[in-house]
Amino acid sequence: MLIESSEAVSLPAYLILASLLFCIGVWGLINSRNAVRVLMSIELMLNAVNLNLMSFSSYLDGELIRGQVFTVFVITVAAAEAAVGLAILLSLYRNRVTVDMESFNLLRW
Amino acid sequence: MNIAASTEIICFLILGSIVILGSLGVVLLKNIVYSAFLLGGVFMAVAGLYLLLNASFVAAAQVLVYVGAVNVLILFAIMLVNKKETLKPIKGLQIRKILSGSICLGLLILLIRVDITTPWPLPGPVSIGEQATERIGEHLFTDYLLPFELASVLLLMAMIGAIVLARRDVFSTDIETGNNAGQELIEKSNAPLIIDKTS
Repeated sequence: MLIESSEAVSLPAYLILASLLFCIGVWGLINSRNAVRVLMSIELMLNAVNLNLMSFSSYLDGELIRGQVFTVFVITVAAAEAAVGLAILLSLYRNRVTVDMESFNLLRW
Repeated sequence: MNIAASTEIICFLILGSIVILGSLGVVLLKNIVYSAFLLGGVFMAVAGLYLLLNASFVAAAQVLVYVGAVNVLILFAIMLVNKKETLKPIKGLQIRKILSGSICLGLLILLIRVDITTPWPLPGPVSIGEQATERIGEHLFTDYLLPFELASVLLLMAMIGAIVLARRDVFSTDIETGNNAGQELIEKSNAPLIIDKTS
């Protein structure tokens, strides 16, 4: 059902791949104790969303490829997010001398 | 099934397995340097999937921005904060992992169910294929002009914010002697700039 003979790879195959990638990213985001790994998990989730947008744009919106334009914007915002996130991480590391997520309880209470 | 379709299926399966195994490695591996390099592999495989979806421009942008910029940035961050530290054990960590894993599995099952049961209006309009780059350019300068300009402002803000957050506070005069400190050679001194608070 996923791989039909009419078109080589169908839309649900891409969507399932993207959802797998997204769920792996969510698990890594919750369970990572290294702050750099948390940022990597966020990048994985953003890539899953990009893959979703691209597959919808290719299969359902082949004429006006709006999904691809959105993907370009998401890539831009992801680059900005990575830069600011790593800068925050560096300044946290300078203050706390650790990258353990469990020790960052500055805003807790 | 003709040869083009089978080639596409084989490419999809290879790239998909690279993506899934690579992302599992990113999340699960102990050594974070291996995770960062695997993340680059995942980005490259996702770019290959974009090529399968007839989107050469976005694939090139993915390689340039993610592999060329974000991954290198992450590697630099790892090098800057790479200190061997033994993490304190937390009670209930195993339960936490199992609980979050089951929640993620539930989310995955929900998403796959939505994927399979929704009647997608296939086949959609005919894909424009190789003209995608021109169409993206038209979009960016006509109906998506405002988001395009906002993205450039956002990039500027992110650049300034990253510089402000990440720079060290530097004194213009030496604290001990009172002389002017050589600003251009701040890295020359062997004294650690990060005070080791653990000892």
